[in-house]
Amino acid sequence: MDRLIFLLATGFARGAIFALFALSLVLIWRAARIVNFAQGAMALVATYAAFAVAGLTGSYWIGLAAGIITGAAMGLAVERGVMRFAPHDNPLSGVIVAIGLVMVLQSLLGIFFGQQHRPMSIPFDDSPIVVWGVPLLSPYDLFVLVVALAVMAGLSLLFTRTSLGLQLRASAFAPEVSRILGVRVTRMVTIGWMLSVAVAAFAAILLVPTELGLNPHSTDVLFLYAFTVAVVGGLDSTVGALVGGVIVGVTMTLVTGYLGATVAPIGVLVLLVAVLLMRPSGIFSMREVRSA
Amino acid sequence: MSGVVSVGFRGGALDIRDLTVGYGGEPVLHSVSFDLRPGEIVALLGANGAGKTTLLRAVARLVRVASGTIALDGADLGQVRTEDLARRGVALVPDGRSVVGELTVDENLRLAALWRHRGAARERAVNGIYEIFGSLARRRSSAGHQLSGGERQMLALGRALITEPTVLALDEPSLGLAPLIVAQVMGTLRETAASRGLTVLLAEQNVTSALSIADRGVVLNLGRVVADASAATLANDTHLRHAYLGF
Repeated sequence: MDRLIFLLATGFARGAIFALFALSLVLIWRAARIVNFAQGAMALVATYAAFAVAGLTGSYWIGLAAGIITGAAMGLAVERGVMRFAPHDNPLSGVIVAIGLVMVLQSLLGIFFGQQHRPMSIPFDDSPIVVWGVPLLSPYDLFVLVVALAVMAGLSLLFTRTSLGLQLRASAFAPEVSRILGVRVTRMVTIGWMLSVAVAAFAAILLVPTELGLNPHSTDVLFLYAFTVAVVGGLDSTVGALVGGVIVGVTMTLVTGYLGATVAPIGVLVLLVAVLLMRPSGIFSMREVRSA
Repeated sequence: MSGVVSVGFRGGALDIRDLTVGYGGEPVLHSVSFDLRPGEIVALLGANGAGKTTLLRAVARLVRVASGTIALDGADLGQVRTEDLARRGVALVPDGRSVVGELTVDENLRLAALWRHRGAARERAVNGIYEIFGSLARRRSSAGHQLSGGERQMLALGRALITEPTVLALDEPSLGLAPLIVAQVMGTLRETAASRGLTVLLAEQNVTSALSIADRGVVLNLGRVVADASAATLANDTHLRHAYLGF
């Protein structure tokens, strides 16, 4: 029972990060109707920036801020410099460009930083806190859980309570109508990319130090899990990203805990296939449309 | 008629000259020319495929113009982007009751009001639309896709009006609506245009409804203007009605 409680708690913390990263995929999907397969590689560039700046300044927090800013800058550069020129009449073109971008970015990271694992520091202890003899989350897990939930709450407020959020949502759902109403849609798409990659960078910087280890392929697994979360929750749904993150995080942790780490990806894959078979558009992707 | 009753607003003058527009090199509009005087309601009539929607999309800069000009109050709109057109006073209500289905009624209106009104003025503008369209006020928290066809059309119209346009272009506002709702939408359009001195370009297949509120009608056939006359003249021209308008 103690083990189950520990695994569930850890699963929630991991799930929060998966949800955060999945949310970043949802943001881009909504803004540009692209499944950005380069999201992991772009977030990884930002993580390396965080690593480098933290090393230079000796401050985790300055490194974190630098990583998030680098993520936003990556979003800006990729949208303005690459994706804007991808043909929009074929949905595959954006995907192919993104895959090409993964190869370029990972190669560049390998050239500049090498293929070896780099140790990244964390600001809190990562040993589980023991409550009445039951090991629960570590202080770092708690930090991750709290900030991930805070970022998601902040994004929710941004989208539902601000003029910028209203324009972002409108541009995503109805770009032509938004343009007619005076919304600068191309600017909204750029902001969407910046926001999305900044969030992805944040998620990667939180997860890489304890779970993945920093190397040019660190975020491959994170992207895989977050993509599963986005598909499970519904690529259009922010609530789906949150719930999907918890489902995948807990599934992965339980499978790892009881069956071993090597079986975890299979568990997640089974979940993905099950959702795709039963509800291909995702659990939370639904909309009732009145016909007349 | 409507141009005479202007209260605090002034309609814009729209001049469309030798407009040629096409898709993939195939022209849909052939050297189309006509104008709208300030405060005038002009019905743009014609069968399916006549080029009505293309003309409205050209006015909104949503399709590339091959040649010709569109001018608002004498200023060429050739280099104006779609998103800046609303700021110039041109509002388009596209067909298909193009409300943003994922946003609520209130959010749809606020979105349209964003750049025109700030703070308390925005609230007043939104409430002003609710006064015109009472049924929308009762559904302000409903998502756009939950509205009935008539409500969606009212929201699309209200959203355009909140930008305080000088020229309002509507594409088939009666499409798919029950006759009673069509009469209601047309009546509201007529009253609003009259009270604001608004210039209206109304593309319609429902000829009777359109001519009932229009000052003038322009008939398109296969992308060419075949008639430009007063609404009364068009309504009484049996040959034209049979040949191009199907009734």
